[in-house]
Amino acid sequence: MSVTVEHLTRRFPGGSHPAAEDVSFHAPAGAVTALLGPSGSGKTTVLRAIAGLEEADAGRVSICGEDCTRMPPQRRGVGFVFQGYALFEHLTVRGNVGFGLRVRGVSRKERDARVDELLELVQLQGYGERYPSQLSGGQRQRVAFARALATRPRVLLLDEPFAALDTRVRVELRAWLRELHEQTHVTTLLVTHDQEEALELAQQVVVMHEGRVRQVGTSLEVYDRPATPFVASFIGNANVLRGHVQGGRAALGGLTLDAPGGAPDGARVHAFVRPHEVRIARAVEEPSGAHAVISALTRVGDSVKLSLQLAGRDTLMVHMAHAELEALGLTQGERVAVGIRNARLFVEEHAG
Amino acid sequence: MSGAATRRVPSAVREPAWVRVLLIGVAVAFLGLLVVVPLVAVFREALSRGPAAWLDAVRDEETLSAIRLTLLTACVSVTANGVFGVTAAWLIARYDFVGKGVLSALIDLPFSVSPVLSGLIFVLLFGRQGLLGPWLSAHDVRIIFAVPGVVLATTFVTFPFVAKEVLPLMQSQGSQEEEAALTLGASGWQVFLGVTLPKVKWGLLYGVILCNARAMGEFGAVSVVSGHVRGLTNTVPLHVEILYNEYNFAGAFAVASLLSLLALVTLGVKKVAERRQGGRT
Amino acid sequence: MMEAALRSVPLRRRGGVLPGYGLALGFTVLYLGLLVLLPLGALVLKASTLSWEGFVAAVTGPRALAAYRLSFGASLVGALVNALFGPVVAWVLARYDFPGKALLDALVDLPFALPTSVAGIALTAVYSQNGWLGQHLAKWGLQVAFAPAGVALALTFVGLPFVVRSVQPVLQDLDPHLEEAAAVLGAGRLRTVAWVVLPALFPALLTGFALSFARALGEYGSVVFISGNMPLRTEIVPLLIVTRLEQYDEAGATAIGVVMLGASFLLLLVINALQARALRGRKR
Repeated sequence: MSVTVEHLTRRFPGGSHPAAEDVSFHAPAGAVTALLGPSGSGKTTVLRAIAGLEEADAGRVSICGEDCTRMPPQRRGVGFVFQGYALFEHLTVRGNVGFGLRVRGVSRKERDARVDELLELVQLQGYGERYPSQLSGGQRQRVAFARALATRPRVLLLDEPFAALDTRVRVELRAWLRELHEQTHVTTLLVTHDQEEALELAQQVVVMHEGRVRQVGTSLEVYDRPATPFVASFIGNANVLRGHVQGGRAALGGLTLDAPGGAPDGARVHAFVRPHEVRIARAVEEPSGAHAVISALTRVGDSVKLSLQLAGRDTLMVHMAHAELEALGLTQGERVAVGIRNARLFVEEHAG
Repeated sequence: MSGAATRRVPSAVREPAWVRVLLIGVAVAFLGLLVVVPLVAVFREALSRGPAAWLDAVRDEETLSAIRLTLLTACVSVTANGVFGVTAAWLIARYDFVGKGVLSALIDLPFSVSPVLSGLIFVLLFGRQGLLGPWLSAHDVRIIFAVPGVVLATTFVTFPFVAKEVLPLMQSQGSQEEEAALTLGASGWQVFLGVTLPKVKWGLLYGVILCNARAMGEFGAVSVVSGHVRGLTNTVPLHVEILYNEYNFAGAFAVASLLSLLALVTLGVKKVAERRQGGRT
Repeated sequence: MMEAALRSVPLRRRGGVLPGYGLALGFTVLYLGLLVLLPLGALVLKASTLSWEGFVAAVTGPRALAAYRLSFGASLVGALVNALFGPVVAWVLARYDFPGKALLDALVDLPFALPTSVAGIALTAVYSQNGWLGQHLAKWGLQVAFAPAGVALALTFVGLPFVVRSVQPVLQDLDPHLEEAAAVLGAGRLRTVAWVVLPALFPALLTGFALSFARALGEYGSVVFISGNMPLRTEIVPLLIVTRLEQYDEAGATAIGVVMLGASFLLLLVINALQARALRGRKR
């Protein structure tokens, strides 16, 4: 029940660049794979091509090893959950969930049994006779899931399934979806622009930008070892420092880090530093290291956000526990010594 | 997302080419037989005896007097209904009051009354045996079978057009800009003329155009109240009927072609106004 | 609704600042009263002076009954024809691109804009026995002009824009994902249209049908030329009212007029209910 996409390209007439260009990845059976990227990165186009709702200009889409690039959507055996639900307003919840079965000519008795099963799965027992207009946003979304799952699809495709809901419902439904997946184990592709959603739900993340795949990996991999500057900046918060290589070291506005291997002297580099990977100490205790001034300090609950003014004009955002800051006894305007626990450096030539 | 940027129909939900061609064919044939062919027939019949005969029919003294009456009637009823339409729309869109629902329903009423009934009610009110008939004849005022009757019936029939176009616009645009103008010190009239009216001008134009087309073309109601007095109470559409019933077909169609041109111009202006107003249909 | 109510609150509170209210209300009510309510009141008042026997005799005479049959029957036929072809026209205009589409779209409104007497003589010229199309139809033994078929034809013409213009915006606003959802669930194109698109269009189609029917019922100008106006055979109700008036039978005209007005009001109620339902369905 895996999905394989090979060299998929889709151009829209009049588009400046292809909506999807040479996209390849493999979504393993039984797992959740997230297609993650900003608006217009082509992730929805890829999902629609897998469903057969877009034709590929080039490339191949296979489901369970079977090439279905030219197969109409009716025969692909996929379940699709649309961003705006796309429920049939003139049908009841039962009618919606049973639609795919009715199309397949499943007998009424069998259909009813299967619909009951699904309503239970999505915790909507007793809502069968209601119309979509009588349901809340979260309930409508669950009907959409039940409808997509009713025909026992080989693959479940989710296009920004929670985008139209408010934050609280979104978090609830995310937990619900994880449970649902643990029960059904259906191969799932999830399109989202919300990195938190992707990192929380998916075993594998495909990061897309401007129609191309930028990185494929587990959620930890794309977070800890971003393959490109785009991935580093898109996933998680990061400070971006610019500088150049000098004698095997990268000089970045007063900070010095190990240069990437093979970077020649004078090469321009970007460094991505997560806010929680900055270490600070009282300046007097580390007089030799890089120094900065605390230009702003905001307490958010039990953590603290600091802005550090480096020797150059760069600012560094730092997150740390409030207790840790208290132990150091630092306040706004003080000089501190700065250390970097971990950073990703990219030489500018292959920036993208 | 990527799909929304370029809205196109994906192949999965598109009909095969032959179905598309068939449906377009059916639509074109239906409109062709019902609308295009009769329209073409009007102009063909009008010019069947050559342009000179057409010009003669149009320049005929009775035709000219019918045109004058139609212009006068349209002028009065469009102005009256235009002022009323904007006022009523402003009232309903901007204020809350008891009976607002009834008022908006009553404005639509003349749309659902048959043109013949629209004429009949004025006969019953102002006719010789009508409610006010005795009083009117005592004071030697003629309304029915005279110009005032024609104007009144036309105004009744075209009553809702402007209000119907302007009201939804005013409602959808809200009153924030008016409120802003008020806080800047504008008076009620200044708000109305400087803020409200410019915002609805294309809808107003659209309503006025439709109102005018109907006013100039109204037949049933006017036919009942006019008495068909040639040169006096004969409007252009009534004149078409008279010529037609006299078997002067070329003349009837020549005059009808004028009205058809008016209809085509109306459709053209309507399209422009719709586009300016922002894609409303 | 709620939003509109909330929006109007601040202005209402400042009623004193905005002097339009009194003037607008006074003018609107006065104009409406004089031009609409007073004349309609005259009809009701006149009707109330008729004797019950006279009223019944006027509205149930054989000529009146034949006229009702023709008016309702032909209006129904016209509205049905429009309900059948109107959605096709709306579909083509909403979904396809083809040369001349803008022209076709504009022509849909022609029956609104064309004076009814012009429509009447034009249709007669085309469909009478020696007309362009009428002569071919006559060969098949089909008489259109001066027959009930002609009445139905004219009423189809005047009702044409209503169905198209009711259905077209719904079709344009229909979420494209609905049809895609049906396709992914395995429904073929025909089944998608029948099970998903048509039910979504149905309220608008019904409204358009009712509007078309209501308009046809009162229509006069375009019918009187093509119908031939033969009593008991091709005489519609509005024409019968005119005939009664011309015979100085105001009582008879009023009685039949009241019946017509009642039918119109009934239709108006139905249409309002349909529109309210359709609107609720779409707002969701």
